[in-house]
Amino acid sequence: MQRDAGSPLPQVRLDAEWSLGAGFVIMAALLALAPFAVYPVFLMQALCFALFACAFNLLIGYVGLLSFGHALFFGWASYLCAYAAKGWGLSPELAILTGTATAALLGTVSGFIAIRRQGIYFAMITLALAQMMYFFALRAPFTGGEDGIQTVPVRRLFGLIDLSGEMSMYAFVLVVVLAAFLFIYRIINSPFGEVLKAIRENEQRAVSLGYKTERYKLVAFVLSATLSGLAGSLKALVFQFASLTDVHWTMSGQVVLMTLVGGLGTVFGPVVGAFLIVAMQNYFASFGQWVLVIQGAIFIVCVLVFRRGIVGELGSALGVKL
Amino acid sequence: MFEIFGIPSQALFGQLLIGLINGSFYALLSLGLAVIFGMLNIINFAHGAQYMMGAFAAYLLLQYFGLNYWEALVVVPILVGATGIAIERLFLQYVRKLDHLYGLILTFGLALIIEGVFRNFYGSSGEPYQIPAGLQGGHNLGFMFLPNYRAWVIVFSLAVCFAVWFTIERTRLGSYLRAATENPTLVRAFGINVPRMVMLTYGFGVGLAALAGVMAAPIYNVSPQMGSDIIIVVFAVVVIGGMGSIMGAILTGFALGIAEGLTKVFYPEASDTVIFVIMVLVLLVRPAGLFGRSA
Repeated sequence: MQRDAGSPLPQVRLDAEWSLGAGFVIMAALLALAPFAVYPVFLMQALCFALFACAFNLLIGYVGLLSFGHALFFGWASYLCAYAAKGWGLSPELAILTGTATAALLGTVSGFIAIRRQGIYFAMITLALAQMMYFFALRAPFTGGEDGIQTVPVRRLFGLIDLSGEMSMYAFVLVVVLAAFLFIYRIINSPFGEVLKAIRENEQRAVSLGYKTERYKLVAFVLSATLSGLAGSLKALVFQFASLTDVHWTMSGQVVLMTLVGGLGTVFGPVVGAFLIVAMQNYFASFGQWVLVIQGAIFIVCVLVFRRGIVGELGSALGVKL
Repeated sequence: MFEIFGIPSQALFGQLLIGLINGSFYALLSLGLAVIFGMLNIINFAHGAQYMMGAFAAYLLLQYFGLNYWEALVVVPILVGATGIAIERLFLQYVRKLDHLYGLILTFGLALIIEGVFRNFYGSSGEPYQIPAGLQGGHNLGFMFLPNYRAWVIVFSLAVCFAVWFTIERTRLGSYLRAATENPTLVRAFGINVPRMVMLTYGFGVGLAALAGVMAAPIYNVSPQMGSDIIIVVFAVVVIGGMGSIMGAILTGFALGIAEGLTKVFYPEASDTVIFVIMVLVLLVRPAGLFGRSA
């Protein structure tokens, strides 16, 4: 990709590497120590949503595509993972693979349809597709309708490792989420990722440079859907439960909120946003419907005065990339 | 009574009627979305919530102030439209110049707030609203029974749609609106107060949603989630029709309502999803939408 002459590119690169590397080490260390101080089930829930938000951010933050239907991938992967573990008796890694592959397949089909329109229409199409699949989930016999799939058994990982303890499950979730986080980081810093950013900045120009932007967008969409599916599958195993909540449009809204609060297009923002929003939901759980009002208010505040999100503001205050 | 394709005429025309009713609401709501999008460049996610506010306002005015349906039909769009104007002044004027996505996210937040407040006070169960005295009962047309209120909804929403189309496409005021959509700076240079026009347009679009809400109150139960149920379908309608044309929004709304009604007769399991399936097919064949200019 061509850059303007005289841009301080090497300097930015260097800064980017140390701040991101340091950030990652701090994040991993905090998360490794956290279960000794904080309730592990809360941490696992937040980690699943952090991965979901990072996957979502791959699309909105780096390609500029706002999907309002990511619950489709999260929720359907969670259903298929739960069903694979319960109905077919698969071990955790195969159940997760089933869920993630489902999300990849759904991502390919819906991505192919949705990228035919841009901007605002893209958001509406993804929302409509997700709503369609919500109704299928409501009707399909294997999802258990309103009851969902409950008491999903968690067998030994690879037939060897026992995941029934909270700490062993936490360690497993942490390893998967950190690996996926690094994978996403690798994507956005690859030549492929640079093309995605070019499409975000100016799609026409990217087209005129000879890039088949439709293909890039589709691949990004499928990657984002697949990783969202990984998050949904993990959640199904952690809670041993898959339900309609995970495919509902409110879930799509949640992930938008988490990413927006943390910072669109930042590396660590979605993680911070996910932890904050999950903590807020647990804390305000007794407030009933007011949670909806509080979330709505956060959306408005973020859009009006806080568009870079927490991590985006922090990064620009410190003058580093985060 | 007679049968068509093995379906009793009563059932067939009954569902067609329900389809037309739903179509009236799709048309009114997608019309409002198109008008707002044209002027503000914002997809109003709160449109469903404002439709719900319309229905609730009619219900509350009847409960606490004794205003009947006909009075509500006049008062409610003005009241709810005024809240729309306040929203435009407080929030939307600051995001119009930003990327489309921020307008969508902000109005999504508004929708959550409005729905949350009503859920908090009224739970998620519905409240009934009586059909107005003059429109109770119905007529037996031989092939079907036509309730008076439903006939009124269809006729009145057609009239409202036509009036809006006529105002925008055929009057001087409409020509200002269309000009301001094309080139606001130039229109301002001619001495027209475009920001005020934008504000009033949003108020008008919101009022239209509230009007649909009042009309819907006697048909569906008045409930806090009635807005989020319908808005996603209306988004699909807008994707199918494209937002470039007022007439397109109206026709698509009615046509999809009818398609949904027919699906209920022939394959009821698919009636929730048929509009989304049609959206997918349209996107595959005509990505710009039926009436849209290619993006």
